[in-house]
Amino acid sequence: MHILKKMVLASVAALLPFTASISAQADALGEILQAKVLKVAVPQDFPPFGSVGTDMQPRGYDIDAAALIAKELGVKLELVPVSSANRLPYLQTKKVDLVISSLGKNPDREKQIDFTVAYAPFYSGVFGAASVKVAAVGDLSKKTVGVTRGALEDLELSKIVPADADVRRFEDNNTTIAAFLSGQVQLIATGNVVAAAILEKNPPIRPEPKFVIKDSPCYIGLNKDEPALLAKVNGIIAKARKDGSLDAISKKWLGAPIPADLPG
Amino acid sequence: MNLALSDLTDHGGLFLNGAALTLALTAFAILAGMLLGVLGAAGRRSSLAPVRWVCGAYVELIRNTPFIVQLFFIFFGLPKLGVKLSSVEAAFLALSINLGGYATEIIRAGLDAIGKGSWEAGFSLGLSRWQTFRLVILVPALQKVWPALTSQFIIILLGSSVVSQIAVEDLTYVGSYIQSRNFRAFETTLVVAGLYLCLAIGAQQLFKRIGRRLFAYAEMAR
Repeated sequence: MHILKKMVLASVAALLPFTASISAQADALGEILQAKVLKVAVPQDFPPFGSVGTDMQPRGYDIDAAALIAKELGVKLELVPVSSANRLPYLQTKKVDLVISSLGKNPDREKQIDFTVAYAPFYSGVFGAASVKVAAVGDLSKKTVGVTRGALEDLELSKIVPADADVRRFEDNNTTIAAFLSGQVQLIATGNVVAAAILEKNPPIRPEPKFVIKDSPCYIGLNKDEPALLAKVNGIIAKARKDGSLDAISKKWLGAPIPADLPG
Repeated sequence: MNLALSDLTDHGGLFLNGAALTLALTAFAILAGMLLGVLGAAGRRSSLAPVRWVCGAYVELIRNTPFIVQLFFIFFGLPKLGVKLSSVEAAFLALSINLGGYATEIIRAGLDAIGKGSWEAGFSLGLSRWQTFRLVILVPALQKVWPALTSQFIIILLGSSVVSQIAVEDLTYVGSYIQSRNFRAFETTLVVAGLYLCLAIGAQQLFKRIGRRLFAYAEMAR
């Protein structure tokens, strides 16, 4: 028994420097470049960020963003469909190199993984036709705004809206949208994803972004202590924002360019 | 069971505003709906066939489509035709038209129940057809169907809760609004239900009194 214990301890001790050297050498970027494959966790049930097209191929903002990064790295892209519950475990167990899955940043997640700069806008805002001049919440005075009762937009907007604005609260999302599209309200307070879904249907009245109520942009997630990969992906996003290729993805899937205030 | 009714005390004013709007909408809808009902019923017995058809089609259309669809048609559909009504106007119009359809049938039944003799009595006094209808036939006809009309009015009062769907700030809307803020769903619903009950019983009593006054001649004749 005694000897056995000693042997185990000895073998563990012998392995320790080995494992330490592995983690010190962990270089996800190097591994990706060596394998020539970038594995990315993407959603498949969250349009327009990620869904399955009629051709059974994944499509969406996140898929295009993943393709852009793989192209810049000069490697092949491998998409791994995930759900919002298992996207972090996939990353932490190294089944994927990056999570591009409309991931929002919060302190709890920041303890687990690292985030790149934002790559996609995700916010609640006020939308309306181009002819309705609204640039800030104060401009809502004497205007009608439709919102779904009890939704995040309702609760947040109610705190800041001027007293003489007419906020009309509808029972559900579809009724709110119907009120906007039939011209019963001039503006609609909703998520940019909902506005994008309306825009996609070529509506009679186009919901153009007016101002942001609450911003929670999407970031790309990667494992901690991967400074090389982080810097590389940040560089790719910065370049894509500058040369307009990220704008093109945003226009394609969200119907609007990247807002200037997206944290860079 | 733990009731947190005290969470609702801040909202007393909202509840009263909502109840007041529900009452006002119902009252105006009953006036307009009764007018439509009397005209519709007279039209269904008209000697002119096209008038009969139009009134018949109106009744069938209203009684065979759901109220919420009628409401949505007026609120969301009419703007397509260039008629844009505010949500309160749309609610009033929908409630009136809906009641008008049902009242037409109820009042027609009342008219049918009045014997030929009453018409002949009117004519023999030298009254025109319209005068006979207005002065001789209508009130006894209404008396015969007053209980049915009353319950239809109560249905309109309670059914008006549907207009909260187009953001009319009636009693139901106020209840949903408060729930969305304090998450006291059961307590809020309890208060809303209690207020509707009071409104409906009050309205019932009122219609009984109106009936007694309107048909006082019949009591005297007995």
